[in-house]
Amino acid sequence: MDLIADHISHHFGALEVLDNVSFTVRAGEVVAIVGPSGCGKSTLLSILGGLLRPSAGSAELRGAPPPASLNPLTFVFQDFALLPWCTVEQNVEFPLLHTGLNGNDRRAIVDDTLRRTSLADFRETYPKQLSGGMRQRVGIARALAVRPAILLMDEPLSALDSQTRELLMEDFIRLLADGAMGAVYVTHNLEEAIRIADRIVVLSRRPGRVRETITIPLTRAGRGDIEARGQLLALQTELWSLIREEAIDAEREVQHA
Amino acid sequence: MLDRAKSTDASPQAGRNADARPVEFRGGGFAPRVGRSAGWIALALVIGFWQLAGSIGWVNALFLPTPSAIARAIYQLAISGALWHHLSYSLMRIGAGWLLGTIAGVIVGFAIGLSSPARGVGITFISALFPIPKIALLPLLILWLGIGEQPKIATIALGVFFSTAISVYSGVDSVPRNLIRMAQSFNVPFHAIVRRVIWPGALPSILAGFRITASIALLLVVSAEMIGAEFGIGAFVLQAGNLMQTDQLLAGVVILSLFGLAIGRLINWLETRLLHWR
Repeated sequence: MDLIADHISHHFGALEVLDNVSFTVRAGEVVAIVGPSGCGKSTLLSILGGLLRPSAGSAELRGAPPPASLNPLTFVFQDFALLPWCTVEQNVEFPLLHTGLNGNDRRAIVDDTLRRTSLADFRETYPKQLSGGMRQRVGIARALAVRPAILLMDEPLSALDSQTRELLMEDFIRLLADGAMGAVYVTHNLEEAIRIADRIVVLSRRPGRVRETITIPLTRAGRGDIEARGQLLALQTELWSLIREEAIDAEREVQHA
Repeated sequence: MLDRAKSTDASPQAGRNADARPVEFRGGGFAPRVGRSAGWIALALVIGFWQLAGSIGWVNALFLPTPSAIARAIYQLAISGALWHHLSYSLMRIGAGWLLGTIAGVIVGFAIGLSSPARGVGITFISALFPIPKIALLPLLILWLGIGEQPKIATIALGVFFSTAISVYSGVDSVPRNLIRMAQSFNVPFHAIVRRVIWPGALPSILAGFRITASIALLLVVSAEMIGAEFGIGAFVLQAGNLMQTDQLLAGVVILSLFGLAIGRLINWLETRLLHWR
């Protein structure tokens, strides 16, 4: 199943946020969206996921979702968005409660998902008892439970410390390795984008326009090799040079706001 | 390989010289702790002093009866059955008024919290009517509903309704929007979002509202009973005051205080049971 951003523009009142953004996320592909602060990355993701109606253009799906998918477009949120009154198990089960599955089927999915995300020992734990990394792991488990075709990830690691980020990035790479699931990965971290994405869409400063689309010329598995480091570093430098001037302008704009 | 330099001056003594002085501690205070026994000891001291002042004649017993006299009055009220008689009337009025006001307040509060038309209309009406002292409406309610239990119950229900509606819609407003968006992103239907996200998210504010409305109900039942009732703790206190039976009057006040404490405990228990996740 492909996800298409078709000439999407959006404004909040007089504030123009996105201007004519178009790209396609093909089945199983991971597309990262990067750009300076305030360029509309998260707004774009909300539009792609159907949580916000664009002022112009549309988000479209092409092709049938995988037959077992219960929610083809599924978000992983920056702030985890866990229900604090529910245990880990209840949080993972939450999106399944309204899918028509019976209790046994739901339990089987939850058990399997908790096992895959190494959360089986924490099923009775409440979110407040977990570290940030573990909370995001629950957010990921909840997303995986509905077997999405495309994960919509809004800066999923930005609220975490660097070591936890590294561990979760390894998890993401493992989960996306077989190409069964695609993803749109919004981030301001260029290193993350280069590690996880097949393609990177670079947005300009507000109103966000597609400035460049960069294809990563290495397989995700190959990016860990020592020989690839130089190439990745060069890519990161290139990306930064694309964004740097606008990031400075965006920062000044925010400070003057 | 990492070069791990061996430190030669790691000993605390190494850099110490005659001018060394400890860094002054500046982080104290601003963290009051609740001592469990301190409050009870203070209360016992006040009661003890009060008893002493009455016993040795510092205070006229007519103006301020001793704690022992008040305890005796409560005991006599209890064994004569008058206490239960008055208390049962007050409890019935509080129970019925609070329940009616709470049910209506929760429904209206949720409507205001969830629907734009209801919000537009509801907030205007609540803002206009909330500041009115509800006891001032009792004569009008007597005119409308007749002399009996209905106007007293309606006064309490009105007082409870407005505060409940405000705490409920404030609670709905305070539910983090990201949780609602999360539920929407999983196609969770509206009624299930209300039941599984908004209701539990608003519950802390709703229970805090219950604490306030319980006090309002207590205040209004006493006022209403003082204005127009034969039985009830408020009527009893007023009657005792008119007859200068100050020990009975204070017995009624102590009973009201104990009743308020009991309601507070009940709400604490509810909070512990329902909000354990906080």
